[in-house]
Amino acid sequence: MAKTAKRKSSGSAVVMDKKLPFWKFVLHHKGLYLMLLPGLLYFIIFRYIPMAGIIIAFQNYSPFKGIFGSQFVGLQNFRNFFRGADFMMLLKNTLGISLLSLVLYFPAPIILSLFLNEIRHSGYKRVVQTFIYVPHFISWVIVASITYQLLNVNDGIVNVLITKLTGSPINFLGKAKYFKGLIVGQSIWKETGYGTIIFLAALAGVDMQLYEAARIDGAGRWRLMWHITLPSIKGTVIMMLILRVGGLLNTGYEQIFLMRNDLNVKAAEVFDTYVYMKGIRGAQYSLSTAAGLFKSVVSMILVLSANWLAKKFGERGIY
Amino acid sequence: MAKAKEDKVVYHTARQNKIKKSVGDRIVDVLIYVIVGLIGISTLLPFLYVIAGSFATEKELTERAFFIIPHEISFNAYYYIAKTGEVFRGLKNSLFVTIVGTFVNMLFTTTFAYPLSKSYLRGRNGLLNMVIVTMLFGGGMIPTFIWMQTLHLYNTFWVLILMGAINPFNMIIVKNFFQDLPAELEEAARVDGCSDLRIFGQIVLPLSKPVIASISLFYAVGHWNDYFSAMIYLKDSSKEVVQIVLRRIVLLAGGIDTSQFDYEAQGTPPDKAVKMAATMFATIPILVVYPFVQKYFAKGVMVGAVKG
Repeated sequence: MAKTAKRKSSGSAVVMDKKLPFWKFVLHHKGLYLMLLPGLLYFIIFRYIPMAGIIIAFQNYSPFKGIFGSQFVGLQNFRNFFRGADFMMLLKNTLGISLLSLVLYFPAPIILSLFLNEIRHSGYKRVVQTFIYVPHFISWVIVASITYQLLNVNDGIVNVLITKLTGSPINFLGKAKYFKGLIVGQSIWKETGYGTIIFLAALAGVDMQLYEAARIDGAGRWRLMWHITLPSIKGTVIMMLILRVGGLLNTGYEQIFLMRNDLNVKAAEVFDTYVYMKGIRGAQYSLSTAAGLFKSVVSMILVLSANWLAKKFGERGIY
Repeated sequence: MAKAKEDKVVYHTARQNKIKKSVGDRIVDVLIYVIVGLIGISTLLPFLYVIAGSFATEKELTERAFFIIPHEISFNAYYYIAKTGEVFRGLKNSLFVTIVGTFVNMLFTTTFAYPLSKSYLRGRNGLLNMVIVTMLFGGGMIPTFIWMQTLHLYNTFWVLILMGAINPFNMIIVKNFFQDLPAELEEAARVDGCSDLRIFGQIVLPLSKPVIASISLFYAVGHWNDYFSAMIYLKDSSKEVVQIVLRRIVLLAGGIDTSQFDYEAQGTPPDKAVKMAATMFATIPILVVYPFVQKYFAKGVMVGAVKG
């Protein structure tokens, strides 16, 4: 507010903005509008035109006839998708992985940052932090490669050890029942450390005098954590929860696609991989677009409702 | 920043001296140090094993269980990887996409963010809403795929470079950074008759080095690690990026390309060690830039900046 006032008083540069007609304003600031142009074109070409392409979910799209020549079939693709045998499997797998990660992976960075917060030796803390952030920057292909080298049933190092102990290896990578755990475990290994940053930032903002005062009043470690530390990260936790809930159907295709194979496919097919397999591999463009559209609409509704709910309870939302 | 941190540390020790800790408290302290240390080690251990394994002989890899220092150092795996050349071709392609891609990202992101950082810009709210919508909803994989084919971007590196040219989150972070720059310098330049473009290039960008460095590192890491779009959009094997090569060698159990091999003269390539060495090739560039990345993300540039 103060900034705009100052700009107006400085006169010559930004004259009477409010009263100029739009085209004159643009002409006056042609440099700024020129700079907007590449980005604007980007959003139109690479973000908005594909949105218009969603129309093929309501068509019987054929690449030869094109979008304008293909037959319009209304909701038939959606009907086929929902009634097909795959839908329940996709929903079960996707929600299974998401809920397991909500229970195990979501709290992990919170707990770790509470631990890190208790560490007073700043050198030790810094070294640990340097280590635990690394996996975030490593690609899923590398994580999958390392996982393979550790867990594969023939000569993976973990299985070599298990065989030595129990006599028979466990096929972690090739059995459907291990898939969820595998995916959530990888996520925990890769992202827990990095996930602490946002909570540590919130914890760094806590006034040390609060702890001081509470200690003098005789509060122990647990009461300090319960009454000071946890309330101070509550807002951040809720914000992250919104993001998580919004992403309930986004299981992330890179990771799952890499760990998916013929043996565990029953547990490994989720909405994202399905769209790829049916659409790009199988050339069933309309059906897979319908599946993708269903997923993104539900996701959007989830984010917006979580956001609305958070605001309703007096927390800062995201959007 | 650093000074405030030190003050805090001094403050802590003073506090700890003042109030004696109970025995139970000390045990919990030790436990926390140990647990946190173990977590730190467990993130590092898989890397160490893969590094060690890439330098080990095939015999040792088969016979010995876990180790992080090989008995016998062997460069065999690296020799075979250099020999077949596919990993280096992948590295070269990835490097191209990463460098050109990051440049395009920064060009598009900063030029779009700057006008939007001006609160007096007409149409600003509309444009911001247009950006936010894309954070919530998109065309999805198939319509995008068909559209890229229509634009003849399929099977070119440009699809990897242009498709994510502006990341909305990053753009908003940059915009907020520009917004918080002191207005006086720009004012003075404007009064002197500088154009918006020159102000941007000669005043705003030089002042924005921290955010430019951190955002470009994030874009670069994203390009380097990207695998899915390369898989969807690039079909020639000459265009394989390093992540695709790695997946083929390790996960599809393809091993390295031995079609040109003279087994009698060159011997059989060591399978496990080659897979580990290939993993290292894709990892090392990230570990090299990591200290720089860490310097910036630790400052919290990325945190809580979406709103505003």
